[in-house]
Amino acid sequence: MTAVEKIPADKIKIEGLTGDAAIAHAFKQCDIDVMAAYPITPQTIIVEDFQKFAANGEVQTKVITVESEHSAMSACIGASATGARVATATASAGLALMWEVLYCAASMRMPIVLTVANRALSAPINIHNDWSDSYGARDSGFIQLYCQNSQEAYDTTIMAFKLAEDHRVLLPVMVCIDGFILSHNVERVEMLPDEAVKSFLGVREPVQPLDPDNPLTMGPLALTDYYFEFKEQQDRAIHAVPDVFKEVEEAFKKMTGRSYGMVEDYKTEDADIILLTHSTPAGTAKVVADTLREQGEKVGVLRLKMFRPFPVKEVVEKIKHAKAVAVFEKCLSFGAVCNPLALELRSALYDLDERPMVTDFVIGLGGRDVPPTTIVDGYNKTKEYLAKGKAPLYETLGVRK
Amino acid sequence: MTVKLKEMLQKPQILSSGHRMCAGCAAPTIIKLVGMALRGPTVFCNATGCLEVATTIYPYTAWKVPWIHVAFENASAVASGVIEAYKAMAEKGRSKFEHVDVVAIGGDGGTFDIGFGSLSGALERGHDFVYLVYDNGAYQNTGIQRSGATLPGQETTTSWAGTVEPGKRQKKKPLAEIVAAHRIPYVATVAPYYYRDFITKFRKALEVEGPAFVHAHSSCPRGWRSDTSKSIELSKLAVETGLHPLYEVIDGTKYVMSGPSKRLKELKPVDEYFKLQGQFKHLFTPQWEDFRKEIQEWVYQDWELLRKKCGLD
Repeated sequence: MTAVEKIPADKIKIEGLTGDAAIAHAFKQCDIDVMAAYPITPQTIIVEDFQKFAANGEVQTKVITVESEHSAMSACIGASATGARVATATASAGLALMWEVLYCAASMRMPIVLTVANRALSAPINIHNDWSDSYGARDSGFIQLYCQNSQEAYDTTIMAFKLAEDHRVLLPVMVCIDGFILSHNVERVEMLPDEAVKSFLGVREPVQPLDPDNPLTMGPLALTDYYFEFKEQQDRAIHAVPDVFKEVEEAFKKMTGRSYGMVEDYKTEDADIILLTHSTPAGTAKVVADTLREQGEKVGVLRLKMFRPFPVKEVVEKIKHAKAVAVFEKCLSFGAVCNPLALELRSALYDLDERPMVTDFVIGLGGRDVPPTTIVDGYNKTKEYLAKGKAPLYETLGVRK
Repeated sequence: MTVKLKEMLQKPQILSSGHRMCAGCAAPTIIKLVGMALRGPTVFCNATGCLEVATTIYPYTAWKVPWIHVAFENASAVASGVIEAYKAMAEKGRSKFEHVDVVAIGGDGGTFDIGFGSLSGALERGHDFVYLVYDNGAYQNTGIQRSGATLPGQETTTSWAGTVEPGKRQKKKPLAEIVAAHRIPYVATVAPYYYRDFITKFRKALEVEGPAFVHAHSSCPRGWRSDTSKSIELSKLAVETGLHPLYEVIDGTKYVMSGPSKRLKELKPVDEYFKLQGQFKHLFTPQWEDFRKEIQEWVYQDWELLRKKCGLD
């Protein structure tokens, strides 16, 4: 790790930025070599803003205005393979179109940073937020980090390069923000001086780049005799992520005073019921917890920042004492036992002798508003199920029945 | 560039022997000819296909040059990334090379069909790379299925010759011309039999600034049901029958017929090309006599049109 110092307050620039704009600014400061750009709502502002920087000569980046998201990720792989620092952004159908090459990026160990402005998948076509897109890509081998506000989106983007390019990791990272709710919402963002970001990240040091002086065959065919070993090593790499993530966050904290953790716990210590969610609903859940606490309810919130790899140890540690965990998630896994986040949590808890009850609430699909009352509704239902000693595997909230 | 045979033969080969391509396959010959045309540091981006799978069976590789494969439809996009990354790093003083040549390679399926979007995008953006298609007229890697490059009358496992069908009914996609319509600086068709023409053109493709496209005829004994010893002869016949005429298109508008095609007094009948391949044998039954004549007619028409474009009539 590079030695970092606390940035004095007078060096910090404060601006009102949308989540998208915050990420575009982070990309600019990260001095990326190549960006692949293709528009899709609600990610568009990221690549638009970045290209404005490029048009004004504020960045030394080659922007490739590709003809599809499939080519966006493909171009990122080509660029990353040469040893460049690379990023792109997408959402929804765009991420779905990248699906095939997401696996290539991860399996070829390319440290690409991909911002996803989470958006629902068709049909019906819908431009608003839920997590169906990135949850669909959860097994692609990308690290997945979810942000709650613009500041975190900015900070996480910078940290993502450090994490991805670390030689113990060398995996692509998906930085996820809720479409519109965060991508288009203006918030106060503290920005670091360019120099600080530059020295925090340094220049990417590729391990095995495409190099005419040292020819290398990348992306070969491996059949029954070797394919499995490749996957075994990739699996090991993603499990190395939590330790490196902690180091990266620690260094970032020294510089900014800010860190987020793989999970953020809020009033969970003595809580009987813990609300588990991530991204923007976590903010709402914390407000709900405050109000319920005032009414004497023992409730807390666990916000998940990292979904891949799933921080089993940290999650279990924070919730094992609770009587119930109410999961709020913006995705349906059609025909599954329950939905992705709850599935993950139930598996994580399985080995405990005494497990909290898990309730699973699907909320906010296609941008349906998630007001505090929706969270309260889930909380009340969880209390009721606790009293009965039995809960449904999952249910939807805030939808016409 | 004048190609001197002596110099060519002294160039180190970029593909080693023992590459595991089929006997008689023209693709490795094509790659060896490409190797002879290279001028400096070069990176290869290969689409999924026979050439890719057969030459890189882990833990072995036949490639002596930096080489990357990602997927079937994205060789051009991967190449775009490689080129721009080298440029960015050179500008930032992080590359030891001032310039790196980038060559993308695909078979006809990966180029005419699934990879066409990514190819067209890269051409429109004007990246400085050479795209080489080795066209063996079908998806040979997956077991001989028809592609946009399959000839009319050709039998494949998805265009069977049966009691009511004569193999593929549709014409071949005129890819070189579609590519030229992007108004890129250089498009050329080549055939490995005419190796000097091949190398000269490939070198030109590398030397022009901006995208270049090289369309190579590539015999496939397995898919074509042809004798492995006839592959290079078939590449000669493809040119002589007008099925794969040799020409160049400069800046998308200026058509130039190449020597081997230009020197032809008249085309040989396509039958000469067809009769060496099992995949066309049904065309010689009385049932498909008329269809065979129709194909011949199409070839004559295309040939006349091409000659006109090249200013030869």
